[in-house]
Amino acid sequence: MIGRLRAAARKAAGAGLAAIAVGVGAGAAIADTPIDPDTERASIVRRFQQRFPGRPLDDYVLGAFMLNPAGRAHYDDIMAFAPFLPDIERGRVLWETPLKDGRTYADCLPDGGRNLAGRLPRYDEAEARVVTFEMLLNRCRREAGEAEYRHDDRATMGLLTAWARTLSDGMRMDVRVDTPGARAKWDAGRALFHRRIGQMNFACVQCHVDNAGRTMRMEIISPVVGQATHFPLWRSGETLYTPHMRFTRCMEQVRAQPFPAGSEAFNNLEYYHATLSNGLPLQANVYRR
Amino acid sequence: MVLRSIGGVTGLAAVALLAGFAARGAGAAADTTLPGRAIAHAQERGNCLACHRMPADPGAVTEADLGPVLADLKSRYPDRAALRAQVWDARRANPDTLMPPYGAHAILTDAEIDAIVDYLLTL
Repeated sequence: MIGRLRAAARKAAGAGLAAIAVGVGAGAAIADTPIDPDTERASIVRRFQQRFPGRPLDDYVLGAFMLNPAGRAHYDDIMAFAPFLPDIERGRVLWETPLKDGRTYADCLPDGGRNLAGRLPRYDEAEARVVTFEMLLNRCRREAGEAEYRHDDRATMGLLTAWARTLSDGMRMDVRVDTPGARAKWDAGRALFHRRIGQMNFACVQCHVDNAGRTMRMEIISPVVGQATHFPLWRSGETLYTPHMRFTRCMEQVRAQPFPAGSEAFNNLEYYHATLSNGLPLQANVYRR
Repeated sequence: MVLRSIGGVTGLAAVALLAGFAARGAGAAADTTLPGRAIAHAQERGNCLACHRMPADPGAVTEADLGPVLADLKSRYPDRAALRAQVWDARRANPDTLMPPYGAHAILTDAEIDAIVDYLLTL
């Protein structure tokens, strides 16, 4: 898998230029005073509300379409008869097919897997690490004697989450950072979000906080608030992206060496990223450009 | 500029000189024949249009508003080396810049940067 990602990064770098690894050539991590998750979210939301006055917070789940009436109309048209609906049905089959021990994912997860995704990722004290939705699904598989799905496999893990996350549609994101152990992982995710990486020398925060709402060539840059609510998303209406697949694509575009899907670096980043959407309603499976 | 492509044909050059000034006054006429133009516009190379508008070049299709509008660069950068340094590593002028360090990170070669600077000076 890593080899394939490296190959992709090399391809993205183009013209025989090797991608510059994370950390090399990047600016120093932004050294500011410690900030807690609630203050972080509130300060970013306040900046956006000053930039986009009068916009209800729930609208942020629309991403850049919130800021583009023509794009919004296009989005509504596609969502009215989404081309990926048959794929979600394939995900439902994966979800409903009993595992080797005869149990299903619904048997394995609390409350049948309903209203669960919005509380993830979460920090697991016993394991001393961040646990994502995908990791819980794989834990069910492991306990049933099944091989785990690869975190970068659209046809298995991707489709399974496409259905499983619909069971949390409408719930409000509630990702908590309650303990020192949790906080350390959140801090690590925040540091990566702020680190300038790759040959292009971009940090997530520069585009999706500092310059959200501005236009990169022909595309409006989406605000980070709201992004975590709508995974998986379907780019062009046909290609599924889990959060880690989307992070991978971002890193390829800044010509950095992507972390593997399912890696601790991405788990921590997803943890930080998800807290910025706390309070917003989930909706799995949306169209994105 | 237009002058460069027909330079040497004295009569025409004089006419073009006047036309060039007139066009410049109206805020138009980049030299679209320069090789740096394709490098500047291409997404996988300079990708300048991701962040900058170039109003003097009608073929520079973008709605970008991340970086300054690229216009009148000849008067803004009377010293060519200063413009080249900005493309090579914009962090020297502003450590917080969003602009990728095209030379310092080997995104483009020195020759490609020189070609882009030639083109930029006609905007």
